[in-house]
Amino acid sequence: MQIVSQLLFFAALAAAVYFFSRRAAGIRRNILLGRDTDLSDQPGRRWNNLLLLAFGQKKMFRNPLVAVLHFFVYAGFVIINLEILEIIIDGLAGTHRIFAPYLGPVYNVLIGCFEILAVLVAVSCAIFLVRRNILKIKRFLSRDLDGWPRSDANYILITEIVLMLLFLTMNTADGVLQSRQVPHYPDTGSFWVTGMFQPLFEGFSTPALTGIERAAWWLHILGVLAFLNYLPWSKHLHIILAFPNAYYAQLEPKGKMENMPAIQQEVLYAMQPELAPTEAAAAEVKFGAKDVHDLTWKNLLDAFACTECGRCSAACPATQTGKALSPRLIMMKTRDRAEAAGRGETGKTLLHDYITVEELRACTSCGACVEECPVSIHPLDIIYQMRRQLVMEESNAPQEWTLMFSNIENNMAPWKSSPDERDAWIHA
Amino acid sequence: MQIKTMAEYFAEGEMPEVLFWVGCAGSIDQRSQKITRAFAEILTRTGTKFAVLGKEEACTGDPARRAGNEFLFQMMAYNNIQVLNGYGVKKIVTACPHCFNTLKNEYPELGGHYEVMHHTTFLQGLINEGRIKMKEGGTFKGKKITYHDSCYIGRANGIYEAPRAVLEALDAELVEMKRCGSRGLCCGAGGAQMFKEEEKGTTRVNFERGREAVETGAEIIASNCPFCMTMLTDGVKETGKEDSVKVLDLAELIARDMQE
Repeated sequence: MQIVSQLLFFAALAAAVYFFSRRAAGIRRNILLGRDTDLSDQPGRRWNNLLLLAFGQKKMFRNPLVAVLHFFVYAGFVIINLEILEIIIDGLAGTHRIFAPYLGPVYNVLIGCFEILAVLVAVSCAIFLVRRNILKIKRFLSRDLDGWPRSDANYILITEIVLMLLFLTMNTADGVLQSRQVPHYPDTGSFWVTGMFQPLFEGFSTPALTGIERAAWWLHILGVLAFLNYLPWSKHLHIILAFPNAYYAQLEPKGKMENMPAIQQEVLYAMQPELAPTEAAAAEVKFGAKDVHDLTWKNLLDAFACTECGRCSAACPATQTGKALSPRLIMMKTRDRAEAAGRGETGKTLLHDYITVEELRACTSCGACVEECPVSIHPLDIIYQMRRQLVMEESNAPQEWTLMFSNIENNMAPWKSSPDERDAWIHA
Repeated sequence: MQIKTMAEYFAEGEMPEVLFWVGCAGSIDQRSQKITRAFAEILTRTGTKFAVLGKEEACTGDPARRAGNEFLFQMMAYNNIQVLNGYGVKKIVTACPHCFNTLKNEYPELGGHYEVMHHTTFLQGLINEGRIKMKEGGTFKGKKITYHDSCYIGRANGIYEAPRAVLEALDAELVEMKRCGSRGLCCGAGGAQMFKEEEKGTTRVNFERGREAVETGAEIIASNCPFCMTMLTDGVKETGKEDSVKVLDLAELIARDMQE
């Protein structure tokens, strides 16, 4: 019987790891659909960002209350994973609480900490469910989330609560079984949280309790493995990609736009033809981004790291004044298109089929979306690249902009005025 | 006003302390010209040896670049850098956050390396050095002033303290809007929006910001960007409070109450 259970466990674990790895490779492939950009400079500052922004969740603390709750869930997730390690070894080896004899009294302290975290995670997730579904918080009510994204967020929170409750149920039953000195349940001392709930289970027979303990143990670990595989199909992927995204975050002042060396060269050769190479080796250059292949891999990493929290859109002047633009949707659409392109969908492009001209035109480049993003996403960079595509490849600009361009070109100023009048203010 | 151009300094074989990059709005737009004159007056009265480019100055290319026209931007940048490097310019001050951002952050990789300051930081420096002294009991003493963070000074370049430090010199009461500092709401003009009609929405960005500024109860909205100036002035007008609430640039506020 024991060997069957071990084999079943091995099969479940192997399947979970296999499917997760396959999906992870798929996401990696989709991110690498983007063009290359070299972000290997200044590793010191990048590690610093990783520590502060990802591990320290610095941006989250712009709203301290939510940040603390989110930190509980995050710390719970990371730390309780130590317990998952033990569960996996137990499952494969057919042991029970294999770390207990080695750690002695420390084991009880560890499990006690895990239990406190589990309670904090469950409570925080419950508060998050209330915030999302009962309190009228604009960024959660937003139409951006209609359909799957809103359900996705709720599924994640509910799953986390259920997993934590299973973990606590398992420990409660385990504690009672320990007190009855049932073989296979080593005495670890009373657990900090579930110890208080043991009276609830005292009335059950030992076989019933063993059943409860085993059921909770199995449901918990199978739930964890299932969640592992839900993760990369969901916005919850941010728990992994927030880390590389913080590492590769923009290091220059936020106001700096990406240069286009190809155009810089072209203008230089036009102005100083003597510098132009005699051999016309002009590679085909694309101006701006029409589809995900034209964006950088960092733009696409951004899209997969997005957890759709909507802090960007809540701060966006265009979104706040009812324009079609929502930076959160820019990211969600970019990810959707990258997924579709990865599946081989052709005949559609990110620009026009997913993101409209009206959205791009409404951006004031104020950088509020970039400033707010807790996981270092840069929606503005995508908007800029698509504006370049519109103007330079499609000659698509509102009439006022066309006029502004011609004024700059002819009058050296965006308005209609003679360059000779430029110093008129001195004499006025 | 006696203001020398870079060409005049060059002809005399001299070098000014700093080049005042006026920018298109500051040169052409009537309202912004007042800011330009106020800042030039401050420079003159503090004995700062400065020059302007005059007719040789041209748009930095910022609105073209942000609208997506990289070719035009590169052309403007090329020409400006030729002029600036030709004169051997080392230090630039400008009253426009957009010019500031482009000159400081985007020209270096195109070959234009200068020490670039916004007039906000420059004013703060003059105050700290004691080169600007304010009158006792000036016009703004005890008055409520709110400061509107321009995006290209604030978020784009992380300058939040300097404008507030400058306002402190006025001995006024600084009241903050709810959305201030790194959370400041845009005036609606950036990213070349200044030059086109807004997209369809429930309201205009500058109406929203104007209302927020007026709701602080401030008599003066301090700004440090010619575009914000235009947008906020219209925004205040929309609330019907244009007679009691004035939008003024930091340079205008300082120039008004400076000691001789």
